[in-house]
Amino acid sequence: MSTAASLHQRRKRKNAVMMALCVVAAGIGLAWLALILGALLYKGLSGVSLSVFAEMTPPPGDAGGLLNAIYGSIVMTIIGIIVGTPIGVLAGTYMAEYGRFSRLTTVVRFINDILLSAPSIIVGLFVYELMVRPMGHFSAIAGAVALSILVIPVVVRTTEDMLNLVPNALREAGTAIGAPRWVVIRSVAYRAALSGIVTGILLAIARISGETAPLLFTALNNQFWSSNLNAPMASLPVTIFQFALSPYEEWQQLAWTGALIITLTVLGLSIFARSLTGRREDR
Amino acid sequence: MTAVSEAVTSSAMRTREATVRRFALTDTIFRTATRLSAILVLVLLGGVAISLIAGSWEALSKFGFSFLTTESWNPVTENFGALAPIYGTIVTSAIAILIAVPIGIGIAVFLTELCPRPLRRPIGIAVELLAGIPSIIYGIWGLFVFAPFLQTTVQPFIISLFHGIPGLSSLFAGPPYGIGLLTSSLILAIMVLPFITSITKDVFDTVPAVLKESAYGIGCTTWEVTRRVTIPYTRVGIMGGVMLGLGRALGETMAVTFVIGNAHRISTSLFAPGTTISATIANEFTEADGELYTSSLVALGLILFIITFIILALARYMLLRIDSRTGA
Repeated sequence: MSTAASLHQRRKRKNAVMMALCVVAAGIGLAWLALILGALLYKGLSGVSLSVFAEMTPPPGDAGGLLNAIYGSIVMTIIGIIVGTPIGVLAGTYMAEYGRFSRLTTVVRFINDILLSAPSIIVGLFVYELMVRPMGHFSAIAGAVALSILVIPVVVRTTEDMLNLVPNALREAGTAIGAPRWVVIRSVAYRAALSGIVTGILLAIARISGETAPLLFTALNNQFWSSNLNAPMASLPVTIFQFALSPYEEWQQLAWTGALIITLTVLGLSIFARSLTGRREDR
Repeated sequence: MTAVSEAVTSSAMRTREATVRRFALTDTIFRTATRLSAILVLVLLGGVAISLIAGSWEALSKFGFSFLTTESWNPVTENFGALAPIYGTIVTSAIAILIAVPIGIGIAVFLTELCPRPLRRPIGIAVELLAGIPSIIYGIWGLFVFAPFLQTTVQPFIISLFHGIPGLSSLFAGPPYGIGLLTSSLILAIMVLPFITSITKDVFDTVPAVLKESAYGIGCTTWEVTRRVTIPYTRVGIMGGVMLGLGRALGETMAVTFVIGNAHRISTSLFAPGTTISATIANEFTEADGELYTSSLVALGLILFIITFIILALARYMLLRIDSRTGA
């Protein structure tokens, strides 16, 4: 009787210890998020001023802003999305609609999942070999292509998942009134899956707006204002990388401010994207 | 009368036929476009492989197999070997996984078993937001906040703690730089934690309630249910999540580049600066002059590509297995 009671005590104690460790683990995870965001806000906010958005990146030891870097990031992100999204949506459409049970779909899904988590620096090397080396110089367009390659797997994945959620009865109703398949896809399936597909695109924007590695040796960097797509272009992440590792205090401060801008953009986009699908699930 | 109505029907038939033909044509065009896009995904991966092999050809044909086993990395004498970056990549990723896996599983258990229901979604979202933060943010935080903290408090303490103990003292030896292999491992652990957590949580949710309830019914504690039912049931899925995290850690570039120290040498001490494959490429690629130097860096990229491809393929295979089981 006493051994049974002590065994029970021991099991209860072990359970309490392990569960406490799980709570600690969750605490650690949340504390890290809080620490990183706290440091970002603390160090980044002190450098936020109008000049950050109005002036060019300064020479070493001078005050200035991040205007050309922000502009470059926006331009390359937009081109990357414009190039990558149609390809991703079409590929996802094939996988969910025309070839839902085909062998090609299985293979593409597997490869796409690998591309989704492949190191982005490899994509940088690929675009370097593909565009920069033949063209003979770094260019914004090469950077945008590198970003679009990162967009494609994200959009493919969400498009396929969301189209798979569309009930077949909807498609059958469309087919029954004589609409050809692509009209059914366009005006029934796409419309039903719209918010999910938009979420995928938003997540893709969030992903590429913080990417540094694929831009390092495709778009390079540019200290001056440039809107020439055929020339090196500054971007926020690469500028942060360069400025943070510099010994100049003004540059380091700008790096923190830039980091804050990127983080807020990315977090804002992902929360917005989540709220889109969240409402869908509730319905 | 009949002639007129025949003419009407035949013209209606003709327009209908034309419409059907047009529909068929546009449908074929659309289907071909979607199919080509799907094939483009395959072409992309193939293109990456081919371009990396082509770009690294010069270095690989010059150094051959010894590229993998040489530690020296000397741009002046143009003698390049990948051993130090490979070592750094594997050591930092392995330590990161060792730290992140128990914590990740702990958070997943917390979220599925302990957390009050209203808090579940917000905490889950917060962990996933951690996954969305760009790696350069972790890098700048690691360099300016985390590394100085380690340098001034944690590292001197550990050095004095293990001083004189054989093995451990050489593992934690040397001046506390702040940056180095251990710092990189810790940053990587923070980065892969959300991936491991969210996948573990997802596979935990696939455990049939009946299984857990019957274990509870015979008097098991929460920990015993987790240890004896949930984890064995989801082992393959957890392994898949861990491999996915490992794939991320191996290829992670910016966060590591900030805090690794970029030193091409193999040191027994975890406090020493080192380098990884991706950090070497990020640091040196734009400054590399000479075909052989560039080609050697691309060869490093090829090695990284092969390693991560194998790891990620294994991860996906394992996750597919658990998916098909829940589907059946």
